Amino acid sequence: MSVITYRQALRDTLRAEMLRDEDVFLIGEEIGVFEGSYKITEGLLKEFGERRVRDTPIAEEGFVGTAIGAAMLGLRPVVEVMTINFSLLAIDQIVNHAAKVYGMFGGQTSVPMVIRTPGGGGQQLGATHSQNIELFYSFIPGLKVLAPSGPADAAAMLRAAIRDNDPVLLLENLGLYNSKGEVPEDDEPVAEIGRAAVSREGSDITLIGYSRMASVATQVAQSLAEEDISVEVIDLRSLRPLDRETIVESVCKTGSAVIAEDDWLTYGIGAEIAATIQEGAFDFLDAPVRRVAMAEVPLPYAKPLESAALPSAESVTTAVKETLNAVGRRVG
Amino acid sequence: MADTAKPKGGGTAKSSGGRRQNRKNDSPDLADESPKDLLDHYRRMLLVRRFEERTGQAYTQARIGGYCHLNLGEEATVIGLTSVLDERDYLFTNYREHGYAIAKGMSPRGVMAELYGRTTGVSRGWGGSMHMFDTETRLLGGYGIVGGQLPLATGAALAVTYRGGDEVVMCQMGDGTTNIGAWHESLNIASLWNLPIVYVVVNNFTGMGTTVEMASAEPDLYKRGSAFRIEGHRVDGRDVLAVRDAASGLVERARSEQRPFLLEAYSYRMKGHSVVDPAKYRTKEQAEEARDKANDPVAIFEERLLNAGVLTEDTKKEISDAVREEVADAADFAENSPHPDVSTLFDYTYATPVANESKRMPSEPVFAE
Repeated sequence: MSVITYRQALRDTLRAEMLRDEDVFLIGEEIGVFEGSYKITEGLLKEFGERRVRDTPIAEEGFVGTAIGAAMLGLRPVVEVMTINFSLLAIDQIVNHAAKVYGMFGGQTSVPMVIRTPGGGGQQLGATHSQNIELFYSFIPGLKVLAPSGPADAAAMLRAAIRDNDPVLLLENLGLYNSKGEVPEDDEPVAEIGRAAVSREGSDITLIGYSRMASVATQVAQSLAEEDISVEVIDLRSLRPLDRETIVESVCKTGSAVIAEDDWLTYGIGAEIAATIQEGAFDFLDAPVRRVAMAEVPLPYAKPLESAALPSAESVTTAVKETLNAVGRRVG
Repeated sequence: MADTAKPKGGGTAKSSGGRRQNRKNDSPDLADESPKDLLDHYRRMLLVRRFEERTGQAYTQARIGGYCHLNLGEEATVIGLTSVLDERDYLFTNYREHGYAIAKGMSPRGVMAELYGRTTGVSRGWGGSMHMFDTETRLLGGYGIVGGQLPLATGAALAVTYRGGDEVVMCQMGDGTTNIGAWHESLNIASLWNLPIVYVVVNNFTGMGTTVEMASAEPDLYKRGSAFRIEGHRVDGRDVLAVRDAASGLVERARSEQRPFLLEAYSYRMKGHSVVDPAKYRTKEQAEEARDKANDPVAIFEERLLNAGVLTEDTKKEISDAVREEVADAADFAENSPHPDVSTLFDYTYATPVANESKRMPSEPVFAE
């Protein structure tokens, strides 16, 4: 084990996969000469050359579609879309082509590609650069959507995504790139797509999150443990397919649930989780399912406004305590 | 850039809907051609014509569902273009692709069965009219989204280059496609990266009901590669030999020079945009032009072959009978092929099986008892 950042875990994995498989190549804006907007591809152009690390024009539809076409001929492109907001420029290629080519032609050709892209607010980037629209892709059969919350999962999920024969969207997070964690050095674990994880066991309440909010959920659980509240944390990890069993199993055990998400509440991923819980754990629920989500506004630039709009450890803590109070257990 | 078939009036923006006069003068001399090849072109054009007529009929009889766009009037372009591609070359098309599917080597049976939505269809009944696909003959898809095939075809050309192959990609599209973002992004990328691809604009002067002049500030579509330094040519798409020669030159240059080219082939869409479109938006003159025998590529070629003595009335009947039989056989095959079984509904969502994939039917609860 070594302790490295989420960024380093992604970079090391890209490099290892490129060394392992000649068909793996990188394509995207500013990934070569500039070494990546967030430096995930640092040093890779120098090591692998222009054939394997391909800088593109600012043309998301063009280069995402180009990667799909290359994948249809058996290459394994790893596309970097600078932020998930810019993926909207490529949504026709992702939704109407990457997700459809395998099924629409009766399984004749697969699309083994990865789209790496970070979401995440809180960087004062304003309304168009702070969205979490992974929901759009999680809605689409034919896509697989992964959301690692820490360095070890970032590495294991990227590895799984590259080796998978379907289009996989790997949701990274601006707020996680510098987070550190233990990552195995030698045994190269490959994540199983479609599986959530119980990242912390508990008995009083289930707290569900993914990406940055899964990491926030773990912090909240740790601090609530000091108040003798036992929180079970579920890290969704895979937004499509969604591991409903793991969620429901936990809620059946704890009797209540809070969902923490970095996107808007209405029609959001939390709504799907809440529906899943009432479908699978209705008789076990001791309180309404609570959702903690972004305020429903275009995200503002000014720091006090931005901070107020985003879910935080405090807002999650409040929701957990209020839910436990509703259950009848008096806490703080 | 060269206009290899400059239409009368110079194809100016204000020319009557971009209509071209019939011109046969530039066409290759039949005396220089192999009669066998000429007859083969004729037979294949006739096959597309009869196949599409039968398709239109089956559609109005509700044997075929969805949208249905026919290649009627574009047979010379279809056959001319595909005749120059090697088996190893790739073709991507739009949704008006039944003829291309057959011409690239798919069996009429498989194409008709796809139209009928049967398991024996080229896309196993999952694609329908707009989504013919066959790995073996390398037609890597008809695509229903205008412009959707452009980035994909460009990516296929990138894969060829990546592997150091010598295949060429041909990417067919309609005239309306030249205004969509994917056009600009793809041509720019192809030119920057020196990709071996020939973009072919099939100009039938009308994107659904919108004329080229209504939609394109530069209606001379073959010029529109110039912003990307892509050499463009225009050819009379009613003339199979002219199309063949123009396409052949560009495909071979794309292969040897490793760079993209653009070809515009103009011809008339004999019917509406799709089978159900009566094309009422056409002016009387436009409707007459579309119906005019002088613009019908099959009639033009047939007359030339008869006049040159390459085709006799006897061989004409022979070919016609054989083609009719082939089409009838395709329809019978489609009609008698099995519908896909509902148990196969979840077979093609993912190529790599994945945990927790939903296989819930509409009436089922998320969690079964």
